[in-house]
Amino acid sequence: MTSLPATTQKKLGLVIDLDICVGCQACATSCKEWNTQGVSAPLSDDKPRGAEPMGTWLNRIHGYEVHEPGRDDARIVHFPRSCLHCETPACVTVCPTGASYKRAEDGIVLVDPETCIGCKLCSWACPYGAREYDYPTGVMKKCTLCVDRIYNENFVPEDRVPACVKACPTGARSFGDLGDESSAVSQLVKERGGYDLLPDMGYKPTNKYLPPRARRDTAVVEPLPKSDGSAMERLFAWADKLMSTAKASARANETDLSDRLEG
Amino acid sequence: MNPAYSVILFTTASGAGYGLLALLGIVGFNHGQASSMAFGLTAMVVALALITVGLLSSTFHLGHPERAWRALSQWRSSWLSREGVAAVLTYPVALAFGLAWTGLVDAARWIGPLGIATAVMCAVTVFCTGKIYATLKTIPQWHHGLTVPVYLVLAAATGAVVLAAIATSFGRFQWFQAALATALLLLALILKQLYWSMIDAALPRHTTSSATGLTGSVRQWEVPHTNVNFIQKEMGYVVARKHAERLRFHAAAALGLAAVAMMLSLAWAYMSFLALAFAVLAVVTERWLFFAEATHVVNLFYGRDTA
Repeated sequence: MTSLPATTQKKLGLVIDLDICVGCQACATSCKEWNTQGVSAPLSDDKPRGAEPMGTWLNRIHGYEVHEPGRDDARIVHFPRSCLHCETPACVTVCPTGASYKRAEDGIVLVDPETCIGCKLCSWACPYGAREYDYPTGVMKKCTLCVDRIYNENFVPEDRVPACVKACPTGARSFGDLGDESSAVSQLVKERGGYDLLPDMGYKPTNKYLPPRARRDTAVVEPLPKSDGSAMERLFAWADKLMSTAKASARANETDLSDRLEG
Repeated sequence: MNPAYSVILFTTASGAGYGLLALLGIVGFNHGQASSMAFGLTAMVVALALITVGLLSSTFHLGHPERAWRALSQWRSSWLSREGVAAVLTYPVALAFGLAWTGLVDAARWIGPLGIATAVMCAVTVFCTGKIYATLKTIPQWHHGLTVPVYLVLAAATGAVVLAAIATSFGRFQWFQAALATALLLLALILKQLYWSMIDAALPRHTTSSATGLTGSVRQWEVPHTNVNFIQKEMGYVVARKHAERLRFHAAAALGLAAVAMMLSLAWAYMSFLALAFAVLAVVTERWLFFAEATHVVNLFYGRDTA
C-alpha cells in the first residue's frame, strides 16, 4: 500500500556527524557486505571485472571542499548519503504497485523485491539519490536501516544496529528513535543543531545531519629559527655535505635546501 | 534526465492515439455513424494500434514487465497507477464506441454517449501521464504549470493531424479537420515557446550548499564511486545548451511547418501527409528535449552547482 501511514509509533533513523566522519568508507563497504546477503540480496555488481563496472550501493560517501565565508583556506567535509526514511516520502506515494511502503510501526521505508516492477519512478521522486536500481535483478534497492539486524534476536543487543553504525570507527553514525525526545539520538540532534537535508522539498527526513563544528586556528606553523652561524651549525653543514652523494646534493641544490643550513 | 527511447515512443505514440480516439469520439457525438465502415474501422484501428504500441513500449523499460499488472493497484496515491487504470478502462469504452460508430453493431443511439465517454477517458489518461511528471518536485522543469497542458495539447494536435491524413486517404478530407489541426498545432507551438522561456528565466532554487546544509561555497572534492552509477546514468543526463537551443528551434520549426502544411491541405488535401511527417518530427524532438533538459535536484550532490 503506497498511501502513507498517518503516524508511525517510532521514527527510527540515523544521525550522521559531519564533524567527525573521516570518509573511510567503512560504513559503505559494511553496508554492501551485509545487504548483499540480507533482505536486499543480492546487491548486484554489474560486470564487476569489466571495463565499466557498476554496482548497487545503498550508502555512498561524498567529499566536499567547503570554502567558508571570510576564510581563504578550505575544509574537507565527508558526507555519507543514504535513505533518510522521510516521514512523507514521495518515493512511496508515486509507486504504482505498492512495492514501496513506509512501515507504521517504526517508519522504515522499504521495497518489496517480489512486487517491484522496476519502473524507476521512485528514484526520480527522491531528491536525495537514495534509491538505486539493481540492473541484474531488475528491481529498486534502498537502505532498509538493516531491518534484518536491528530486530534480530540471534544477535547480542549491542549488535542490533545497522551495519554502517556498527562499522563506523569514529562514532560518526548513531542509530535510534528520533520520534522519542528523550532518546540519545534526539538529544544529540538537540545539542548539536542537527538539521534536515533539503527541508523545503517537504518530505520531512527522519535522518539528521550534525554540522561540522566551527574551526579552531591552533595549528599555526611556527617559522624555522634563523641561523646563528655557530660552530655546531657549520659542523652539521659540513657533515651533511660529506654524507650527500653527488647526485643527492645536486637534487638538494635544485630545491635550494642547502641555503637553510649554510645560511 | 536520461531520455529513454521506450518512454519517448510511449508518450508520443499513445498521445497521438488518444488524441485521435478522442476526436473520433467527438466526431461520433456530432455526426453519428461513420461515413463509411472502411474509414471508421481504419481510424479506430489506427487509434487503438498507436495506443497499444505505446503502452507496450512503456513496459520495455521495466525491470519486470511480467509484473506490470501490479501497477493498476495503487491508484489512490500514484499518478502512474492512475494512468494505467485509465488506459485499461479506456479500452472497453472505446471498443463499444467503435462497434457502434463503425456500424458493426447497430446501436446508433449509443454513438453519442459512448463517443463522449471515449473522449473523456482519453483526456483523463493523457492528463494522468502529464501529472506523473508534473508532480515530481525533484525536477523543476517538470514540476511546472505547463507540463500537463502541453501533454494534452500535443496529444490532441497529433491526433488531429493523423485524423486529417486518414480522412485524406479515404477522400473524406474536410476543412474543419485542417482548421482544428492547425489551431492545435499553433497552440502547442505557443505553449512550448512559453514553457521554454519560463524554464530559462526560472532562478535556481538550490545550490550544493543548500542541499548539503554546509555553509559557504561547496564543491565536490571526492566522488562516491569508482565509475558512473545508476543515479548519474538515470538522473545526470543533461543536453549541452547549444544542442538544446538548436533542437528547440527544430521542434518549433517542425510544429510551425506542420501547421502551414495543414493550412495548405485546404488547397490540396494530400499536404496533410506532409503535415503528419512534420508533426511526428516535432513531437519526438519535443519529448526528447523534455527529458534531456530536465535537471534533477540529486545532481547537486554529484557536482552540479545549481538546480
